[in-house]
Amino acid sequence: MDKLISTDHLVKIYKLGDYEIQALRGINLSIEKGEFVAIMGPSGSGKSTLMHILGCLDRPTKGKYFLEEKDISSLDRNSLAGIRNQKIGFVFQSFNLLSRTTALENVELPLLYNSSYSKEKTEKAKKALSMVGLEGRENHYPNKLSGGQQQRVAIARALVNDPAIILADEPTGNLDSITSMEVMEIFQSLNNNGITIILITHEKDIAAYAKRNITFRDGKIVRDEIIPVPKKAKDELLSLPPVENEEEI
Amino acid sequence: MRYFQILKVAYKALGRNKMRSSLTMLGIIIGVAAVIAMLGIGEGAKKMVNSQIASLGDNLLNIFPGSFMSGGMRAGAGTRTSLTEEDAKAIKEKCPAVLRISPVVRTGAQVVAGNLNWGTSIEGYSTDFPLIRSWPLASGTFFTEQDVKGATKVCILGKTVVDNLFAGQDPIGEIIRIKKLPFRVIGVLSSKGQNAFGRDQDDMIVVPYTTAQKKIAGITYINSIIASAVDRTKIDLATKQVTDLLRQRHRILPGQDDDFTVRSQLDIATAAGSTSKIMTILLAAIASISLIVGGIGIMNIMLVSVTERTREIGIRMAVGARGKDILTQFLIESIVLSLIGGIVGILLGVLTSKAISVILRWPIFISVLAIALSFFFSGFVGVFFGFYPARKASNLDPIEALRYE
Repeated sequence: MDKLISTDHLVKIYKLGDYEIQALRGINLSIEKGEFVAIMGPSGSGKSTLMHILGCLDRPTKGKYFLEEKDISSLDRNSLAGIRNQKIGFVFQSFNLLSRTTALENVELPLLYNSSYSKEKTEKAKKALSMVGLEGRENHYPNKLSGGQQQRVAIARALVNDPAIILADEPTGNLDSITSMEVMEIFQSLNNNGITIILITHEKDIAAYAKRNITFRDGKIVRDEIIPVPKKAKDELLSLPPVENEEEI
Repeated sequence: MRYFQILKVAYKALGRNKMRSSLTMLGIIIGVAAVIAMLGIGEGAKKMVNSQIASLGDNLLNIFPGSFMSGGMRAGAGTRTSLTEEDAKAIKEKCPAVLRISPVVRTGAQVVAGNLNWGTSIEGYSTDFPLIRSWPLASGTFFTEQDVKGATKVCILGKTVVDNLFAGQDPIGEIIRIKKLPFRVIGVLSSKGQNAFGRDQDDMIVVPYTTAQKKIAGITYINSIIASAVDRTKIDLATKQVTDLLRQRHRILPGQDDDFTVRSQLDIATAAGSTSKIMTILLAAIASISLIVGGIGIMNIMLVSVTERTREIGIRMAVGARGKDILTQFLIESIVLSLIGGIVGILLGVLTSKAISVILRWPIFISVLAIALSFFFSGFVGVFFGFYPARKASNLDPIEALRYE
């Protein structure tokens, strides 16, 4: 398989006045295409910092980061924005949708900054929405959607530019357990279609859906294990007793 | 990101806060409307003054006697009696740049017609009066050389005099009494209205200057001389020829001051024109201060908007917006705000001007240039005052912006 991400001794130091906080202390990580990685660790362990650097929102203090074998640790702000646009899809804990903007327009947002898709943007956005099971809700506003649906809009937005990776930062943090399962089911089916997913979570249950678990502590990787047989969200959802599902009304 | 898309986003963002957007625009609206109205009023005043001065005859020369001096005390201009009929005749003969000439004898008198009377100005001129002053008759005929030579008692009435003595009836052929002497009305002047200085030019009676001198005022000198140059370009030459001739005739030694003044209508027009120009600039300058205040309002609101939408900026950056894209978006928003304000302001300014011209009977002239200028200036205000907030937005750190609550 192709190497998608590799980092060479990543170090990130935050300066707070006279203090220096080492958020990352030399991370060597390699992720291949098609992987589903869960990054775990308590808060302050450096997992969010890593996600910001992998997501090109931030640059490492030292070390190198290769995305698709290109060194991008020294690119400028504008080039990083371009990489975020074309290669990376973000899913956040708090959904981060634009309010008073329809689901479809939210999904179209990354395409606005990608000139090559300006014509087919509505079709692409509709296709992405149907991939997460939201066809027919294109013109709903986020405040008229349930949390799970909002997160699915966010996933569609992450998908719409055909990114190399989806970076999900605690995507189930604001959702109840059944909705979390539904979201994880979407991630698993996307991964089955070959999309690389990096998931950040501090919940073991959620990490169990991934194929590989990496545990962080104090800015270092303390464990990196392959899950031989990950949980299958789809099976779990099917085995649930039938309940009235409010969000599908 | 295409400009059409940015415009759509800007329109939406502004539509979200309709009250706020319209109050912000109000600053620009008032500023632009004030500039348009002030320029309109100023231009109108300028046109009015110019057309009135032109209506006096634009190649007109006025020759006044100098100030009367007695024991070191100097009275005002025109108080001397140094100009005579002979001076006028000499000018006509010896100044080739002067086409026509008329002595002026001015006096006032109470005039009686039937049982009505009216106090007015009696002005004596030569037969060239209608041509020099470009002032045609409304009806009747003007007096002839014979009338001037014989100092006959004929008169031509101004419109105001007709209104007051004949109440709209045809006065031609009627007899009026000026200082108890009977005068036959032979013509009526066309109406000229007020002059540039507010005097009713139609409130006068024109008689041959000889008649005015001998029969009404009882004087031998003349009050002033009016003359017309051969054409507009010869005004300066005519002024010089008249000055040289009169100095010679009045035996003024080199180095001594003139005992008369030659003034051309052009001088007056130029002076009046520059006065109204200064007024226009002053008014517009004051009005543009409010435009700048409006611009500061835009800047204030854009800064608030950037802070409020920090998270939105973060989201846009996370999905790949570059600093340039964010800068353009906020800049376009502020330009849209100021341009809409500008357009509404132009409409309001035009309406206000029309209202002023109707209510105050003041001529208003709104030039396309003034409209174009205020449109572009309001756009400039949008760019100028929108740039700082837009730059602030584009320099946000995406991680910080995403965390912002």
